[in-house]
This record gives sequence, C-alpha cells and structure tokens, in this order.
Amino acid sequence: MARYIRHACGFCALLLAALLVNAARVQVVESGVYDGNPANRRATIARYGQPRGDILVGDEPVTGSTDTGEQLRYERAYKDGPLYAPVTGFSSQRYGTTFLEHAGDGVLSGTDPMLSVLPLWNDLTRRPSRAGNVVTTLNRAAQEAAYRGLAGRKGAVAAIEPATGRILALVSSPSYDPGQLSGNGEAVTSAWERLNHDPEKPMLNRAVRQTYPPGSTFKVVTAAAALDAGVVTDLDERTDSPDPYRLPGTVTRLTNEADGCRDTSLRDAFEWSCNTVFAKLGVDVGARDMVGTAQAFGFNDAGLRIPFAVAPSTFDPHLDRAQLALSSIGQYNTRATPLQMAMVAAAVANGGQLRSPYLVERTTRHSGETVAGSGMHPVRQVMNPSTATRLKELMTDVVREGTGTRAAIPGALVGGKTGTAQHGVGNSGVPYAWFVSWAQADGTLEPRVAVAVVVEDASADRGEISGGGDAAPIARDVMRAVLGL
Amino acid sequence: MTKAGTTLAAAQAPAPVVRLPRRRGIELALIVLAVLLSVYGYCAVGLARTGTVPPGAAGYGAGLGVLALAAHLAVRLRAPYADPLPLPIGVLLNGIGLVLIYRLDLETPGDRAAPAQLVWSTLGAGLFIVVVLVLRDHRVLQRYAYVCVAAALGLLALPILFPAVNGARIWIRLAGFSIQPGEFAKVLLAVFYAAYLAANRNALAYTGRRLWRLQFPTGRVLGPIVTIWLLSVGVLVLERDLGTSLLFFGLFVVLLYVATGRTGWIAVGLLLAVLGAWAVGRFEPHVGGRIEDWLHPFHTIDAGIGPNQLSQSLFAFAAGGVLGTGLGLGHSVLIGFAVKSDFILATAGEELGLAGLAAIVLLYALLVERGFRAGLALREPFGRLLAVGLAALLALQVFVIAGGVSGLIPLTGMAMPFLAQGGSSVVTNWAIVALLIRVSDSARSQYDGREAP
Repeated sequence: MARYIRHACGFCALLLAALLVNAARVQVVESGVYDGNPANRRATIARYGQPRGDILVGDEPVTGSTDTGEQLRYERAYKDGPLYAPVTGFSSQRYGTTFLEHAGDGVLSGTDPMLSVLPLWNDLTRRPSRAGNVVTTLNRAAQEAAYRGLAGRKGAVAAIEPATGRILALVSSPSYDPGQLSGNGEAVTSAWERLNHDPEKPMLNRAVRQTYPPGSTFKVVTAAAALDAGVVTDLDERTDSPDPYRLPGTVTRLTNEADGCRDTSLRDAFEWSCNTVFAKLGVDVGARDMVGTAQAFGFNDAGLRIPFAVAPSTFDPHLDRAQLALSSIGQYNTRATPLQMAMVAAAVANGGQLRSPYLVERTTRHSGETVAGSGMHPVRQVMNPSTATRLKELMTDVVREGTGTRAAIPGALVGGKTGTAQHGVGNSGVPYAWFVSWAQADGTLEPRVAVAVVVEDASADRGEISGGGDAAPIARDVMRAVLGL
Repeated sequence: MTKAGTTLAAAQAPAPVVRLPRRRGIELALIVLAVLLSVYGYCAVGLARTGTVPPGAAGYGAGLGVLALAAHLAVRLRAPYADPLPLPIGVLLNGIGLVLIYRLDLETPGDRAAPAQLVWSTLGAGLFIVVVLVLRDHRVLQRYAYVCVAAALGLLALPILFPAVNGARIWIRLAGFSIQPGEFAKVLLAVFYAAYLAANRNALAYTGRRLWRLQFPTGRVLGPIVTIWLLSVGVLVLERDLGTSLLFFGLFVVLLYVATGRTGWIAVGLLLAVLGAWAVGRFEPHVGGRIEDWLHPFHTIDAGIGPNQLSQSLFAFAAGGVLGTGLGLGHSVLIGFAVKSDFILATAGEELGLAGLAAIVLLYALLVERGFRAGLALREPFGRLLAVGLAALLALQVFVIAGGVSGLIPLTGMAMPFLAQGGSSVVTNWAIVALLIRVSDSARSQYDGREAP
C-alpha cells in the first residue's frame, strides 16, 4: 500500500504545485493586463486615494480636498468656486475634469513622473508621489472686480498683462460652483443634469469658449491694417468716405449711430466709432492685408492653448467686397472670444508685439519646488511700432473724450474702444456691449493691463445698450484693481 | 520492517532502548511563532489603516495563544508522540484567516465576521482538544463506520428542508447561526470509506470478473460503497453543491486507488469526472455559467455589465504582484459578497502577494504531507486509509477552491480550510487536524522503545 500512498501524495503535491504555477501566471506574467483592464477600479481608487494638489491664485489655493472616508476617498473642494470656475474647471469623480483641472491633471493627481524626486525608489515602493500644485497667473483683485462688475449678467471678462501674456483675469458669468460636481453621489448627478439643462448655460466658459461678433472693437484691427498698409498716413487727414456708405456691389446702405462721419478723419471716426469710415477703410486696405493683420492678432488660430484650448476667433478669408466692408466693422462672419479681444488691446499696448497668453505661471511639488515654469511664450510682431503708438493715441482719445469716458481712471493713462455688436437674424437680438482697453499708471513705462469685456444682455432697453455704458465701467474696475489705484 | 525482523534483532542482542524524540518543545516553539506572526499581521492591518496598533491586538493574541496552548497541552497529555507540525500549522492558518477577516471587516463596518469566526475557532479548538483527549485510539472509529455514514447522509440531506442561499441549498439556519452540515459530513465519510475499504480491500482487488485491464469486484463488495457515494453525490447535486460532490468523488477515487493499487480506478474516475462535469455543465445553467466565467472571465465586462466576482478576484491577485500591497492596503473588497468566504484567498493574494500566497500554499502542502507521512508510518490499513483520506481531503479542497478563485479551474463555492469565514468549516478542519494528530501519535508511538523505522 505504501507505494500507492506515495503516488497519491505525489498527485496532491502536483495539484498544489499547479496552484502556485497558476498564481505566478496571474500575479506576475499577466498582472499588467489585469491591472490595465478598464473595469478594474484600483487605478481610480489610487487616483482619489490622496488629496489632490491645489490650484493657486497668488499664494492662496482656490481649491481643496475633502476626505470623505469613502472608497474614492478625496473629493475636490473649491473656495469661491463660481469666481474661478472658468479657470479651474471642475474635477469630478463621475464626470472627469475640465480646464486647468484637466490640463494640470498629471501634477494635481500626482501621476506626473516629474513630481517624484527619486523615480526609481517610488517605483520600488509603489508609493505614489504627493500631488503637486498649479500656480496660476491670475490677479485675485482683478478677477474679483470683473466678477463683481458683471454682477450675474451674461458676459465675460479677460485681462492680460501685455508685456508678458500672463492672464490676469478670466471671468464668465453667470457661473456655477464646480464643487457641486466633485463626488459621485446622487446630488452630483442631479447637479450635472440641472447645470446642463440650465438655459443660462452656467458651465459655458464665455471668456475662452464662446465667440461673439466683436462689433466696433474690431475697428482697432481695421485701423492697424489701414495704418500698416499706408492707406491712412495722417490720423487727422480727411478720409474720402460717404455717409451713408453703399456697400460695394449692393444697394445696401450702411449708416452710423453718430453724426458727422462723412469724410471725417481717422481720429474722429475712431473716437465716435463711425461705421461708414471703417467699412470703407477695410475695403480700401483689401482682403489680403485685412486677413493678414487679423491673423497676426490671433484670428483664425485653432491652436491656441492657455494651456486648455481656446475657441478660434474668426475673420473669414473668403469675402466679397461687401462682406469685407461688414467684416471690417466686426460684423458678418467676424467672431472673437473675449480673450482674443484682450489680445488685440494687449498688442496695441505692448508696442505692436503680441505675447501668447498663458494661465499657468509654474507647477510645483507639494514642497513648493518648481517642477516646470511657464516656459517660452512666443512673441509676434503684429504691426509696426509706430502704428501701435498711433493706435494708443486713438484709443486714449476714446476714453478721454469719446465713447469710452466711463473707463477713465485718475492717475493712469487709459486707452479703449467701445463696441455694440448687432447679432441675431436681421439683427433682432439684444446687442452685445463690448469694451476693450489698456491702462498705464502715471509714472510707469508701459501699460500693465489690457482688458476685454463683453456683456450679452446689457440692460433690457435696446436703445440704451452701449459698450461705453455697460462694459467700460467693468473694464475700469478691473484695470484699477491691477494698477492698485 | 516485519515481526520476524524485530524478533531477530531482539535475539541478537539485548534490545537497545531507543527513545523516539517526542518534539513537543518544537511544537510549542512553533505555536508561539504562529501566534506571534498572527498578532503581527493583526497589528500590521491596524498600522496600515489607522496608523495605530489596533486596540484589540493584545486580546486577539491572548485569545489565540490560550487556545493554541490548551490544544498543545492536550497533545502533550494524550498524544505525546504526535507529529509536531500539524497543530502549529493549524494555529497559523487559523490566525491568518482571522487577520484577513478582521481586515475585510474594516471595509464592511455593517457586517462584522471576525468575532463570530473567533467564537467558531474556539469551538474548533475545543473539539480538537476533546478529540485528542477522548479518542485514545483511532481504530475505535472503525467500529462506528456505519454510524458515521448514516450521520453523514443525514447531515447532507438536512439542508434540503431549508431554503436556498445564493443558489445553493447547503446551509441550515438555526437561531441566527448558519451551519453547513456538508462540512462535517466530509470527515464522517472519510472515516466510512477508510473503514469499508480497509475491511474489503482484498475482495475489491482480487475478486470478481476481469474486464479489459480492470478487475471488477463483485457487486456484493463494490455495491455498498458505490451506493453511498452515489447517494451523497446525488444529494449534493440536488443541493447544487458541486464543489463538495467533486471533493467526495475525488476522495473516493484516491482511497479506492490506495486501497486496491489498481491504476484502472483512476482512469475510470477521471473518465467519470469528465463525463459528469460535461453533463452537469451542459444541463445545469448555474454550472454552465461558472464554466463560461472560467473560459471567459471578462465576458460580463465585455457585455457592459461590469466585472463579475471571478474577474474581480483575478484583478485582486494581479494587483498583489510578487510582494503584495501589504496587509490592509489592498482593495479585494471589490469582489463583493463572498470576499470573506469563498474568495478569501484573493485578499491574501493581493495583500501578501505571490510570496505570501506561496507561503500559505506551502503550509497546506506541509499539512497534507504530514498526513500522508502518518499514513505511511502506520501499520494497519484503516489508520493508513484514514490518514490518506484526511490529507487528500485537505489537498483536494485547497486545490478546488484556490484553483477556482485564481482561474485555474471553474469556480465552485467552497471554504478555504481555516482561512475562510465559516463556522462549520473551521470546526471541521480542527477535527481533521485532531485526527491527524491522533494517527501520527499512533504511527510514531508504535516504534517507541524499539528501533525507529
């Protein structure tokens, strides 16, 4: 019998050995396949297993993490959520991430390989790196001033530091609290449903993801093209422009809101926003140069990232002369994001040089060491420096004695341009009020801030809507906040 | 060694009295080590989860230690020659099981299983002590072979009267406790098989007609044991407990082979097993689903329903890798409701890694090997078959359940001996270890004062 007992024992040994071989197969050979299976929740659990890094404005975090004690342990929290939502976006366990939460996710979630000081050691211990932080370029005071200025009305504000391209304010209104979307419970689902079906579209980032007809603010671009192309050489020389202006090849007559636009000088036409003068100027400059200048300012650029993508602003390159005339006063197919119009003002303020805008100053480890700086931001010569100087003069006149007087700041040189953009079928919609501007404190060498403001439903009474009345005061408050005046 | 040899040796010289080393000190040292390892695991869970030593650590260690010491004293008193390994292995496996269940309890605060498991472990150790103290000679059991089989069939049939739980009708619920009588039936059937085969092994091997290369015993000899087997398996199929029916079948074949030495029985057994598995898998949807799970563990994921328990178990094993995530740091709770019972090994695989899993499998292997060794050392067929039967029972059970949760074979619900949550299982396994202690004591004491084998 002993022999058979040995055989039986050997058989049992074989069974147990098979178990170990199979365990080695699952745990070593094929573990990568199992770990990578999307239905395997472990990666998600690990992702939320440590507090998420913070997004900083100045030195202050505008985000936080809440320990829920649940399986997906840390949830995102926001301080002043609605104020910074167009910058932070949301970080939701159920709906993913947007904007800086998305663009900086590697650093914020701790998975960016740059975060670990000793990468090999971390691989060995399998311990995740502590999450890093994203430091923004935002100016808290400017952001607050812009949000307060919009006061819940539909609209957006973008502010840029002209010399660097740093984005100082990025506000969209009405806004929402991204903290409502952080977790994965029932409340999050209903908040998501509600926000998505809200006709006010609170989750739409109007500052960078919505384009508007820029209206008269686009006249800055047209004037730059005209001056650069030499169509106008003297700001005070009479232009040869009729009032009303018959659009070339049509019977449509273009009129003005203001009187005295016939044959007026570029200075006066800019100051009083004469449509007829600028429509004709655009036609005189020609499509090629108009498109060239618009694109130099950043129109038709689908690749702009700050680091999240910015909706491309458009200046249609295939136009007949009538369309070109309308496009040159910011109508027809011309559309711009508020950020794009802030870039227009910034290029003028910066002597014709446009710095590509950016929102992330640097990313840091948890300890505060810099992981990555803001990097090289390309600079582009948009117009001749002399053209920029003359445009600054024109814009200053607008604020000093033209349509933009409400943007004036004591103790600072302010330049601006108003706009009232028609839109809708047959221009039936309530017009958009625009204001683009820059400001330079007295006794300093260069403008510190360029702003664009758009207010979508500026007051109910259509007749009283104007960039100067509704948008200019908001721009003024933002500029004052930046200048500290 | 034969009787004649002994006489010869005695005749040649005054027999030198060779006292066998009893190795009780080694057993005690190993028990202390087993308790310390378990307490360490308990503390490791607490440190990983809360950063502090869990408040119950001292109590847990003391409880486990007292149980183990009491068992050790019983062995010292009544089975002094017993193999020193089975008891410490039982203590260590039971201790690890308690740690794993405690660790999983932290994830399911509403459903704590560790306290009940500790009570059952105490009962199990108590049964161990009773068996070691009361059962002076395992051969007594031979007399009760038919009582055993009657009790076994009764226990197996009992759950038919109770409602099904999770698709299987193998539990009875009494006063808040649920008991799985099939667990106890295992040991009783092993006793019966051993007794019957020991009594009839010659008739089985040498009578009857020869068919091809197989000696078929007469119906009178083969009849009763086949009837018993068919009855038990039939009941289990009714109860949908296919794991246990597979276990009984394997036990039957192994013992038949060891008793008769006919390889043909193994061939017949394998053939029948394959045929039976095919038929059941084909016609029984519950089992068909299990086979589908085994062949395509991720089919529910592909179908968009989400991972099933088996794929979650595989994820857990894979997450453990070679060294594991560390106790308390895995996520095997994702497996779901059976994580503390049938799937407990996945938690070990995730948190202790391949290294820890190998250690656990080697502990089982060692226990099994000690059983076979006791069987080899014994002189009489009943003890031999009993030891082999108990060892094979352990090995088969470990293989079936561990192979199931790690994707080696189709999954059948069964308890991992000592590790899994389940009172009947813990008590039964302590009884098995007690019987192994008893037979190993007999095996080694028969040489005491004589020449060692």
